[in-house]
Amino acid sequence: MTDIITESEEAGFASDLTQSTTFGESVQAYISRVRGGEMGALPSVLGLVVLFIVFNFANDRFLSNLNLANLLTQSGSIIILAMALVPVLLLGEIDLSAGYAGGVAACVMGVLMVEHDQTWVVAVAAALLTGAAIGLVIGLLVSKLGVPSFVVTLAFFLGLQGVSLKLIGEGGSVRINQEVISGIANNNMGVAAGWIAALVIILGFAALRLIQHRRKVSLSLQHQPLAVVVGQIIAVAAVLVVVTYVLNQNRSVNPNFPIKGIPYVLPFVVVLLIFWSFMLGRTTWGRHVYAVGGNAEAARRAGINVDRIRISVFMICSSMAALSGIVAASYGGKVSTSSGGGNVLLYAVGAAVIGGTSLFGGKGKASDAVIGGLVIATIANGLGLLAQASYINFLVTGGVLLLAASVDAISRRRRSATGLG
Amino acid sequence: MSDSTPLLELRGINKSFGVAHVLHDVDLAIYPGQVTALVGDNGAGKSTLVKALAGIYPIDTGEYVFDGKPVNVHGPKDAGALGIEVVYQDLALCENLDIVENMFLGREKKNGIVLDETTMESKAREALTSLSVRTVKSVRQSVASLSGGQRQTVAIAKSVLWNSRIVLLDEPTAALGVAQTRQVLDLVRRLADSGVGVLLISHNLTDVFEVADRITALYLGRVAADVATKDVTSRQVVELITTGHSSDLDGAAAPSTTA
Repeated sequence: MTDIITESEEAGFASDLTQSTTFGESVQAYISRVRGGEMGALPSVLGLVVLFIVFNFANDRFLSNLNLANLLTQSGSIIILAMALVPVLLLGEIDLSAGYAGGVAACVMGVLMVEHDQTWVVAVAAALLTGAAIGLVIGLLVSKLGVPSFVVTLAFFLGLQGVSLKLIGEGGSVRINQEVISGIANNNMGVAAGWIAALVIILGFAALRLIQHRRKVSLSLQHQPLAVVVGQIIAVAAVLVVVTYVLNQNRSVNPNFPIKGIPYVLPFVVVLLIFWSFMLGRTTWGRHVYAVGGNAEAARRAGINVDRIRISVFMICSSMAALSGIVAASYGGKVSTSSGGGNVLLYAVGAAVIGGTSLFGGKGKASDAVIGGLVIATIANGLGLLAQASYINFLVTGGVLLLAASVDAISRRRRSATGLG
Repeated sequence: MSDSTPLLELRGINKSFGVAHVLHDVDLAIYPGQVTALVGDNGAGKSTLVKALAGIYPIDTGEYVFDGKPVNVHGPKDAGALGIEVVYQDLALCENLDIVENMFLGREKKNGIVLDETTMESKAREALTSLSVRTVKSVRQSVASLSGGQRQTVAIAKSVLWNSRIVLLDEPTAALGVAQTRQVLDLVRRLADSGVGVLLISHNLTDVFEVADRITALYLGRVAADVATKDVTSRQVVELITTGHSSDLDGAAAPSTTA
């Protein structure tokens, strides 16, 4: 390091804060961040709490063990599709075709298993490859030709519907009764296995955060106070224990056939969440995605291959959409020409935005998809229980999406007014 | 002054965009330990010249000589590898990232595949500590919350972090207040005194006369003069910028190589 300052001069950075000293101060700092428009997951968590209270009063079956398990299983494919969209949204792009990309991938899987007697491994691999190929073409068109992603993916939205019609024929559907695939949404982990998995995740998370905290303190890097770290660990542990406890209760209406245990789709979502949180938060690729989303020109000047980042996020989006399509096929027990259609994509975009991912790019996390996906699934589930006409469902979901996008736009304005990032 | 051989020399550079011939046989020399000011009116070719130096625009003809050896620069990465750092007017920082993340952008330190945040944070802090900045709370502050002067400092500190040999500063004081301009100019001087070759692009002749050792004036894509700052007056430089020559400047056309 070149030493280019004389000793007499004041070095402002030498005395910069490495810790927001007390728990109280960091709570205050959080409040002022929220006021400045840096709300993160707060609106969606509050929304979730409000929805649970409202639906609980509206229908006493809402908080039953059976319905909560249903709700979590329903949310699986929405959450995965929302997670697929997060990297694309981080670049300030959009993928309108993600729903049908998942549908087509699921069609490929179904046709291979049912009509060509392939194993599920081959079929799933082919579905993922289908997704990756769709994403590659979209990415190339957006980055190399410079066609806006809105238009490219709108074209794919239409084109892919044609592809799935061609694959399984007009009005047809393919039944998915392969054990592993249909087990994702329909089978449960053993009670003991569920508790062990929850415990492993809690201990792993706690160990990781505490080790990280100690290392930061010992190297006098910037760190949060210990109380905040412990608070986060307790919050994660509490959520996992409650969810595991509820799902490990018997939820069957027929006393002769008890149903208990965590549906496999839940650990599947957790693994994806951990993986994408790691990729976005801890790797060079993730850092570059945020950089391109924040200021593409700055990223280019820093020597980042912006085109490659663009192509990679569209490939990831379509491949993850394929996973979402597979989970949806497992839940529905079939693949049809309308798989991935309807409001699937808007639910997923809504989930990501409600969770706190910005449509303007540069801001968002994989965990946003989980919280936002739960909000969307709760609305669909709760309104379904109330046996409302489906037009109300559309109106409410549309309204929530609009609300979330408005909150995003307003908080962005507040952020630039208060100079927060 | 420390050295009489230039660290970087451009000889006879030509650059056209279609029919627009922007740079005509431009010669430019940057010396270690000196601040060379590049002045010229709007459209004189300053930005094009800087982008050619930084490897963003390929040059049509001419020689790019670094450390006495001719080199080929095909992209920003090549220029970076030579130790050339550009601080752009619009700063090229990502507002959604924090100071550390911006300073290491594109050159992140890694442990295997995981980002090495501890090393990056301590190195960034070390680099920033060597510069004088007030009122910045933390290196983990997002760039969106920094003032113009602080952002400029972060951008310049990046070049300290990477032990750059040449730093190109594009209008570093254009958007700054009086006190912040003072800080940045001090910083530029210290940067040069540490042995770095600095190229300062500026409209502001007060700034130029304050920190520059040499002045290269561009006029309509040609070098109007390359002179030591102490040999010229502000009025003569204004003439060079606006008319391309200065009547009472002895031997302006023949650039002297000593400062």
